[in-house]
Amino acid sequence: MRRIGPFLVEKDLVAPPGRVLAVSTAALVLAFLVAGLVFWAYGVSPWVAYRTIFVETLLSPSGFAEGVRRAIPLLLAGVGLVLAFRGQFWNIGAEGQLLLGAVAAAGVALFVPLPDPLKLPAMFLAGFAAGGLWAAAPALLKLRLGVNDVLTTLMLNYVAVYLVEWLIHGPWRGRTAFGFAYSDRFPDAAMLPLIPGTYVHWPTLLLALLLAGAAWFVLARTTWGYPVRVTGDNPEAARYARMPVFWVVFGVALASGGLAGLAGVGEVAGVHGRLLGAYQISLGYGYTAIIVAWLARGNPLGAVLTALFMGLVFASGDVMKIALQMPFRVTDVFNGLILFFLISTERLLYYRVRWAPARKER
Amino acid sequence: MEDWIWTTLVRALAFGTPILLAGLGEIYAERSGVVNLGVEGMMAVGALAAFAVAQSSGNPYLGLAAAVLVGALIALPFAVASITLRANQYVAGLALTMLGLGLSGLLGKPYEGAPLAHPLPETGFVVAALVLAAVLWFFLRHTFAGLVLRSAGENPETVDAMGINVYAVRYGAVVFGGAMAGLAGAFLSLAYRPSWADGITSGLGWIAVALAIFAAWHPLKAVGAALLFGALYHLSYRLQAAVSPEFLKAMPYLFVVVVLSLSALRRGPSGAPEALGIPYVRGERR
Repeated sequence: MRRIGPFLVEKDLVAPPGRVLAVSTAALVLAFLVAGLVFWAYGVSPWVAYRTIFVETLLSPSGFAEGVRRAIPLLLAGVGLVLAFRGQFWNIGAEGQLLLGAVAAAGVALFVPLPDPLKLPAMFLAGFAAGGLWAAAPALLKLRLGVNDVLTTLMLNYVAVYLVEWLIHGPWRGRTAFGFAYSDRFPDAAMLPLIPGTYVHWPTLLLALLLAGAAWFVLARTTWGYPVRVTGDNPEAARYARMPVFWVVFGVALASGGLAGLAGVGEVAGVHGRLLGAYQISLGYGYTAIIVAWLARGNPLGAVLTALFMGLVFASGDVMKIALQMPFRVTDVFNGLILFFLISTERLLYYRVRWAPARKER
Repeated sequence: MEDWIWTTLVRALAFGTPILLAGLGEIYAERSGVVNLGVEGMMAVGALAAFAVAQSSGNPYLGLAAAVLVGALIALPFAVASITLRANQYVAGLALTMLGLGLSGLLGKPYEGAPLAHPLPETGFVVAALVLAAVLWFFLRHTFAGLVLRSAGENPETVDAMGINVYAVRYGAVVFGGAMAGLAGAFLSLAYRPSWADGITSGLGWIAVALAIFAAWHPLKAVGAALLFGALYHLSYRLQAAVSPEFLKAMPYLFVVVVLSLSALRRGPSGAPEALGIPYVRGERR
């Protein structure tokens, strides 16, 4: 217990939801204030910028739909990362796992002869497997050799980028690409339906929502979720209680990589219809999914809200690019600031501040 | 043949210079106990600051100074978050990279594509990096301040018991790391390219992070490691006809994974500072 002026500061072991909400909101507001300063430095009035964003994303149906479309990969990858972080696997590699999912889906769509109704399910399965395997390698290195998972998952992102670039410049370059670096167009059976008038590929959206619910259920209500929760809260205790820590970490790694892989499938089968440049498939969704997971504070259902929120931040990037002629990099500024303030205020969650003016000594 | 070896060595030195400069800064930060994954972002803002100031003032040395200053300044919010507020160092570093890449890409838009009127010679940076490596090694190994820095990363409680402020030491090391990353960025935009483009750092900052581990946090070993990475980069250009360029570009990253795994296999201490990545809390047991 400490006294700061007329306040008493006490430590708490748990953070009540109300305080989590208040602190998170404060962090977001601070991030947007500082971002406003950056816009001002760039020569755009923050007032104009935020008004434009508000009108063109929240009040415009097509702008909002864009936010929802961006939220789909963020939700899939984000739910996976919630699981990974809960299980103490520091997966920074969702970006690469997403790309691997896109590659696998493209491979199935372009080169595997399958009856039409089986095409999309096979693509989703292949995407899950590819993303999962891309995460399994760092997980094994961590579990068997103690190699830092943050660095290996991160490095594999770059390897994935060059794998995609190699495919579209080399063996998978399309016959109809006219010198451009992308694959042929997927057959129609390999394309996801859209909500008319938008780019929202609804089957992926539905899948993402179902998986978020499933992840919540497994984590909170089943015997499989229990060791994950204990491992996350206290790995020593989990080991002492002879919980299968190896399988917990390996399992969350596979699941998180697989879900990021599904996000990649959705992007190529729902939006682009071909394999193309890595930075066109993903605008950094895998990195932003880290924020989605962090904001969700370990709750897969919370990720539904935070993914939508970050999706709208991405859509704001689009708006600022078109309406205000700003480079798309503004989303990185948003992302960086939000993440910064979010983790900086983390500690505040565990302090209770009470108004208690000191009484005069008699 | 000798010519070939000579050119490879010279180019490896040039390619390795930004990695070495930023890597030395990261070694200092990590030796004090703080992992800063923000190198890529700090390097990017450094490169932009160097170019913008050099271009508008006509003096590349002013640009150099600006890069060092801006690199140090952008490391400050990271230091506050990770040292004072005890945020997760890895995530804070990632946030710093996002912010740095975003800020430089956004504010650098007007400078994109323009060539620099007065570039600096690469040689100056190469020599400076080698000299700095030697000086930083000497400082770390043979001075009292170097001992304090190392102790802050090995056993901060001891530093505290000596009456020295652990937080101040760590702030100093992190800010110095930022300055070095800024300098590395300045090499790219003032000498190596000499121009500014979004994405000019192209992952070199991440290689610098790996370099710190690969060199076992030793400034002199960092020179050899940087040469090796530099040679890899150079070869990726030379071998383009034979091997796909994408594979060669991916090589340094694969190399990092392999190196990390191999050093984990090695028996005995890895040389990692004991308290690396652990926020220090005064008067609390670890």
